[in-house]
Amino acid sequence: MHRFANPARFLKIARPLTGWLFWPGLALILVGGACGLFVTPADYLQGQTVRILYIHVPAAWLGMGGWTGIAVAALMQLVWRHPLAAIAGRAIAAPGALFTAICLMTGSIWGRPTWGTWWEWDGRMTSMLVLLFLYLGYIALANASARDGQAGGVSNVTAIFGLVGAINIPIINRSVVWWNSLHQGPSITLRGSSIAMDLLWPLGLTLLGFSLWFGAIVLMRMRTILAQNKVEARMQRLARG
Amino acid sequence: MKAKHQRLILALAALVAIIGAGLLAVSALKDEAAYFYAPADVKAKGVEPGKAIRLGGMVVGGSLKRAADGVTIRFDVTDGKATVPAMFSGIAPDLFKEGSGVVAEGSFDAKGTFIATNLLAKHDERYMPRELEGMNYNASTHEMKAEQ
Repeated sequence: MHRFANPARFLKIARPLTGWLFWPGLALILVGGACGLFVTPADYLQGQTVRILYIHVPAAWLGMGGWTGIAVAALMQLVWRHPLAAIAGRAIAAPGALFTAICLMTGSIWGRPTWGTWWEWDGRMTSMLVLLFLYLGYIALANASARDGQAGGVSNVTAIFGLVGAINIPIINRSVVWWNSLHQGPSITLRGSSIAMDLLWPLGLTLLGFSLWFGAIVLMRMRTILAQNKVEARMQRLARG
Repeated sequence: MKAKHQRLILALAALVAIIGAGLLAVSALKDEAAYFYAPADVKAKGVEPGKAIRLGGMVVGGSLKRAADGVTIRFDVTDGKATVPAMFSGIAPDLFKEGSGVVAEGSFDAKGTFIATNLLAKHDERYMPRELEGMNYNASTHEMKAEQ
């Protein structure tokens, strides 16, 4: 990993990789979304409503995956002092928050026709809302500390916050198992899937597509932060004369 | 010992402490964070009449009766261990039906009937086309088998 401590070496790989993640990701999202809308059969119970699954599940996965990424970056920042870790953590926060918000919104839209409610304070929904607030807190902390010359990254305090917040991830995952909830239990477990294959396969496409896209967004944001650092450094050199 | 290793041990110790604290909090919340009472909880703990709670379980097959006024329904809610009668006046969600999950908001009357003021439908974790409906489903292995 320390090979990439040098930003120039990182950028050499990140630049082409961004496109390689972005365009196949977009293609997979479009193909998976179209198949989920027009090709798969309707659900036996929910009918057409079930099709929102193909966005809701990837959004939930990336909202939780994003914070896992923040926690790993925080660990690398605090323990190994990796120079890119702080930048990666900051780059992940915004798309992570966005996908968490998409998950909550699509879930709400899905809940109205199936459960008969837009929102209920059950374990799954509440813990997911807490995740959104954690993201907002992380972004606020990161913005506050970036002004103190953290070179576009996040301060150690922000990293510690990212690490502590990770406790919410297993809670979200287990919330429908530990507690009675309105949200149904997990459909896809290590033992198999209770989503029939006819309905499942486009989910694989959108899941992979959104994940690739997420990676592309994070790389773009990391490159932006590195470029801003470069501008900043050059301005300071010019100011000194 | 290098400073790096010191930080690693410190971070791991902190992580273990956080996870431990989180698990303790969660296990303490076990009952309080439950979204609804199951009929067995009601039987075991007793809920005084008039107290606003949520009751959740499965609608017993064959128990759903519609009153003459057309909007009042009576049904039994079960969790496999205990069964409670319930009553509701109003519009139930589309997915509310016999053999399916329900979460009812309301309170018990003096006779032990649950008077619901609102009904929510709870569905399980299965998604499948209509052709597969009626297959035997094993919830613990997620396996589906054609009926014999």
